[in-house]
Amino acid sequence: MSRAALWMGTLSALVAGTALAQSLPSTGRGHVLFQQKCQPCHGTERSDQGHAMLPGTDALRLKYRGSLPAALEQRKDLTPVALWTFVRRGVGSMPPFRKSELSDADIADIAAWIAAASGNR
Amino acid sequence: MITRRELLGTSLAAAAAPVTAAQATAGDALSTTRILPPGVSSAAFDTALHEFEAAIGPDWVLSSEEDIHPYRDHFSMLKDQPDELRPSAAVCPATVEQVQAVVRIANRHRIPLYAISTGKNFAYGGPAPNLRGSVVVDLKRMNRILEVDEKRHTALVEPGVSYMDFYRHLQEHDLKVWVDTADVGWGGLMGNALERGCGYTMGPYRDHFSAHCGMEIVLPNGELMRTGMGALPGSRAWQDYKHGFGPDPSGLFAQGNFGIVVKMGFRLMPRPEHWRTGLITVPRRRDFIALVDTVNYLTDLFVIGEPLYSSPLTQLLGDGTFRKAAVDFDEATMDRIAAERKIHSWQVELQFYGSERTTLANWEWAQELIRRAVPDANCFDGESLKVPVTQAQIEENTRPYPAPYVSVMRRNVMHGVPKLYMWRSPGRTENDPDTWNETHIGLFSVIGRSAEAVFQAQKDFADVARKARAGTEYVSSLLAPLNWHQSCFLIGNSFFGTTTRNDNSPQGKIRQLKELQGILKLNAQAGYGDYRAPPILQDDVADQYSFNNHILRRFNETLKDAVDPNGILSPGRGGVWPKAHRKMRGRIRR
Repeated sequence: MSRAALWMGTLSALVAGTALAQSLPSTGRGHVLFQQKCQPCHGTERSDQGHAMLPGTDALRLKYRGSLPAALEQRKDLTPVALWTFVRRGVGSMPPFRKSELSDADIADIAAWIAAASGNR
Repeated sequence: MITRRELLGTSLAAAAAPVTAAQATAGDALSTTRILPPGVSSAAFDTALHEFEAAIGPDWVLSSEEDIHPYRDHFSMLKDQPDELRPSAAVCPATVEQVQAVVRIANRHRIPLYAISTGKNFAYGGPAPNLRGSVVVDLKRMNRILEVDEKRHTALVEPGVSYMDFYRHLQEHDLKVWVDTADVGWGGLMGNALERGCGYTMGPYRDHFSAHCGMEIVLPNGELMRTGMGALPGSRAWQDYKHGFGPDPSGLFAQGNFGIVVKMGFRLMPRPEHWRTGLITVPRRRDFIALVDTVNYLTDLFVIGEPLYSSPLTQLLGDGTFRKAAVDFDEATMDRIAAERKIHSWQVELQFYGSERTTLANWEWAQELIRRAVPDANCFDGESLKVPVTQAQIEENTRPYPAPYVSVMRRNVMHGVPKLYMWRSPGRTENDPDTWNETHIGLFSVIGRSAEAVFQAQKDFADVARKARAGTEYVSSLLAPLNWHQSCFLIGNSFFGTTTRNDNSPQGKIRQLKELQGILKLNAQAGYGDYRAPPILQDDVADQYSFNNHILRRFNETLKDAVDPNGILSPGRGGVWPKAHRKMRGRIRR
């Protein structure tokens, strides 16, 4: 079994047994969590010292070069599992986040809010 | 069997989804080999994990690869190498009693622990331990702000409180105090202070460990101890007087491994009414002596917050004649070209906290002082803002000074407002959009707080760079000091890695590590020591402090063996290795 297949298999087993699959997410709670945990880097407001975007938003602008929105709250493709992957594994200069910082239920709620905010209900 | 596409969801953009998923998992290959604490059998480790579960609940004992992956050092130079400093498990207690239980269990089974608070110290190691196989004690769930007193300007917090959490609390309760924040606001008050982090406001507050006042600590045997007035039952002055009576061991817990700090008090800066800035420039290279002397005087009279030094002459490095003079420390030529181009050699941005009138009076006094010493110095008014400033004022990009002088002041940290603006530094850039900084690069040497010491360090670091074969021309004569800690200067010294800096291959990262280890050794030979380091380099930095055959380390390790005979608490942290694991000293890629 390849490493990727092994990892994906493990992930699917994990998802099946967690809050991602078990409970209805709360967009209201997800919005609050987004504001506290995601927005400081991935929000739409300006940064300082002449930078038009916050670091995370700017990084995604450079990464996707227009093929996807730079701001997370405008993304229609961030399923709970995709978001879980980025949060738990880290990507680029974004480090992974621990369960003690964001629970699986927290991630599901944030994904629900992003879906609602982006019109991808 | 679930397909990858199904797993990622049908709404994922068809082209983007495989790319993003692959990128998310690239470089962190799943390990199928169980990592164990050194000298602990798999069966004994299982027993310990079951006991941890009984003590703090099964949900908060994490040992699967998925769960402990975020406890790896995301920026390790040994990422995915067999000797990467990876934990074996993590436990997340929610109370002091649970921390005590974890420590007692670890003692019974000789399990090395590694305590983290918010775990966001990414410039210096993140949540990963000094000793591979340690169990991380993640204190993030202990996140209560126990007290903020806006009249005495004090706070008492638990380990998991981040600067952002704390700032939100101040805002929600309209408390008129500031906390001096680290650059990246997801870090925590306690963890940053215990790492001897620093900030940007007035001197007593921006040395974060010095601003602490009172700790509660779980000792290696599980007992609970308080420092300062906290040692006196019934005292109501725990956050008012840090020393208590008799020897004060507080310093042992900063960059140390003598206990797990579970509460920490802090002195807070009262919110001023007004903030004012000004810029002073001096024309000649040697005028830096009078400039630093003047600023030191104002600093130690507590008239100014952090001063920001820089050299406007960096703008001339494209001029071949000037560049050669700068490389050769040819001061006469540097001064001549600077005069011809009408650019002053040095600048310092000053900031004043107080009322509108007192900040103006102090700024006028600063101008008077520098003109007494350097009559042809320039002084430019900067900002004059009522406090608290607005979000728009923090983001404001108007440069208050006439060209060629520019402000490098970042307003959020000057006002105790935690942000993640600085997280831009490890990320993608317009010029290099497909890569990011994958390794630790932040190393800073302590320099005496005078211009003469800076001039000497510039020459010494040029020698170090030559010996380290940096491979590219190194201009150090324009290096300006940082005055993060009030009493000393710091100068960054990891930029020597120019030959390997952009090579993020596994071999390139190892070359970076070896290059930094070599630089640390050369720095020590020249008389310079660093003030912080990630675990991967802590033995190298501890080696710098070798007076009298390493008596400081031998003293610390004598204490360590006495209070932690099983060597369970953060072995190796700060270069202090307990007897049980002392053979691991210096084993990282020598």
